[in-house]
Amino acid sequence: MIQISNLGHKIGGTQILHDISTSFPKGKLTALIGPNGAGKSTLLRLVGRLEPLQQGAITVAGHDVARTPTADLARVMAILGQQTAVASRLRLCELVAFGRWPHHQGRPRPEDRTKVAQAIDAFALSKLKNRFLDEVSGGQAQRAHIAMAFAQDTEWLLLDEPLNNLDMAHARALMARLRDLVDRQGRSVGLVVHEINYAAAWADHVIAMKDGRIMAEGTPDDVLTEAVLSDLYDAPISVGRHKDRPLVLHHA
Amino acid sequence: MRRMPALLSALIALMLASLTVGAAHVDLRDIFSDDRAMLVLLESRLPRTVAVALTGAALSVAGVLIQALVRNRFVGPDTVGTAEGAALGLLGVTILFPASPLWVRMIAASLAAMVTTWLFLGVIRRLPAREVMLIPIAGLVLSGVLGSVVTFIGWQTDLMQYVGTWLLSGEFSGVIAGRYELLWVAAGAAGLAWFAADRFAILGLGEQVATGLGLSTASVMRLGLAVVSVVTAMVVTTVGMIPFVGLVVPNLVSRVMGDNLRASLPVVALSGAVLVLACDLVGRLVIYPYEVPAGMILGILGAALFLWLLHRRPAHG
Ligand SMILES: Nc1ncnc2c1ncn2[C@@H]1O[C@H](COP(=O)(O)OP(=O)(O)OP(=O)(O)O)[C@@H](O)[C@H]1O
Ligand SMILES: [Mg+2]
Repeated sequence: MIQISNLGHKIGGTQILHDISTSFPKGKLTALIGPNGAGKSTLLRLVGRLEPLQQGAITVAGHDVARTPTADLARVMAILGQQTAVASRLRLCELVAFGRWPHHQGRPRPEDRTKVAQAIDAFALSKLKNRFLDEVSGGQAQRAHIAMAFAQDTEWLLLDEPLNNLDMAHARALMARLRDLVDRQGRSVGLVVHEINYAAAWADHVIAMKDGRIMAEGTPDDVLTEAVLSDLYDAPISVGRHKDRPLVLHHA
Repeated sequence: MRRMPALLSALIALMLASLTVGAAHVDLRDIFSDDRAMLVLLESRLPRTVAVALTGAALSVAGVLIQALVRNRFVGPDTVGTAEGAALGLLGVTILFPASPLWVRMIAASLAAMVTTWLFLGVIRRLPAREVMLIPIAGLVLSGVLGSVVTFIGWQTDLMQYVGTWLLSGEFSGVIAGRYELLWVAAGAAGLAWFAADRFAILGLGEQVATGLGLSTASVMRLGLAVVSVVTAMVVTTVGMIPFVGLVVPNLVSRVMGDNLRASLPVVALSGAVLVLACDLVGRLVIYPYEVPAGMILGILGAALFLWLLHRRPAHG
């Protein structure tokens, strides 16, 4: 479980997060939703210790994020930030291979190579693996970054808008992979999504944020309702049903 | 990997050429029967050749590191204030403790270079990340300011001729046995970087990715800072700053083989040695038996290479 208690955060005098207490359940796929600027990325970055904690406490699988050495945390959680643009000229396979670095610190074992090969395969990168990062498309680079986080093979996987740049087929394939990680390998996943229907279709747990606060949390059926969503996005939103799950309709 | 043998052959050929070229005639075939030739070889030619190779290799590696630290390809140890910092340190020691031994000067130069490079890193932290060209510009401004300070103090204290040898014309004609060995320290520092090559490559992916992979970014930054400063300080102390190598060589190698530093650093080091050796040789031949400083040749060749780099389209791998 990821436990967040009384989390507050300021950037340059502005309060970005207001006294947030919540949790990401273990063994579930949790979706973080909310309008632009709600504070989703900030929350995820704090959990992933990409930003120093100012106020409150966060534990990931029992590890206090503020106290645990960053190298140890890297074997417990993998985090993919929202900005994945890098200036490095690495081949895709080299990038993915760095996902194993927390486990071998520079001396890869056979199992590390296997995990890298699996990740490359899982994200359909085999044909591209010898290309340089600056010579592939945005979606292909994004898939390489996700594959790196996958190769890290941690109990927790945190992804900030992983569907960015992905076409519909690759987006669905990614969600199916995440589901598989949760259902068959007992992993836990937290991700930020803007396309609500991905949360509706694949998530176990939804956390809705607005203006640095949590507006609602619970199962998709509880959170993805017309009342909550209309309030969350300040726009009338209708919700239908499809295959026994909410289906959010944006053409009003 | 076929690059290494090719580069090694080039290195050996250039080193042999460097051993034979010079005002005094030396025939490598009869050095064992000719005492004078042996003396020239051991006291002058060999030290010079080794000094040139070490300088090129170490500066190129330092270039890779500073580029990884600031995540920008348009900087080198000669454009971010490191060399001027080393000169400032040397100047300070020369003024305050004129009789200080070499190792004191070396430490002072290294520490001062660390301080100014650290200053540069602090300055660019506050720049907007999207403005890529601001980083090299900030470096040029900083080295310009520091250079003026050094020059000013140099004038005031009548030490301009020293300042000139440190910063203006990097050249190897004064290298003799006993006067270049500090460069081995530079090479050692650069070699140390290879053991942390993965860490520098990960740091190059950005603070966010690096932290996510469990890297302690601050300690990798410190190591990089130390290596860049020590390399630069040793070069400034012994032969004077050599421009462009630390900028051009990392770019050329990255174009061809990417930024997997564990694989590319040896190639970077060899290429740097080859480039500076070639420039030094050209400088010794163009107006034979006189010399043009290698730094000047590099200035011309380096600028041309760099322009070519900027205009070449990225090759598909
Ligand atoms: N570096 C910064 N300086 C100042 N304000 C910032 C900075 N980064 C974020 N903010 C502000 O913090 C708030 C939360 O930002 P955050 O990136 O967490 O939002 P988000 O929910 O991820 O939005 P999006 O859906 O657009 O990614 C926003 O109002 C944003 O303007
Ligand atoms: Mg965001």
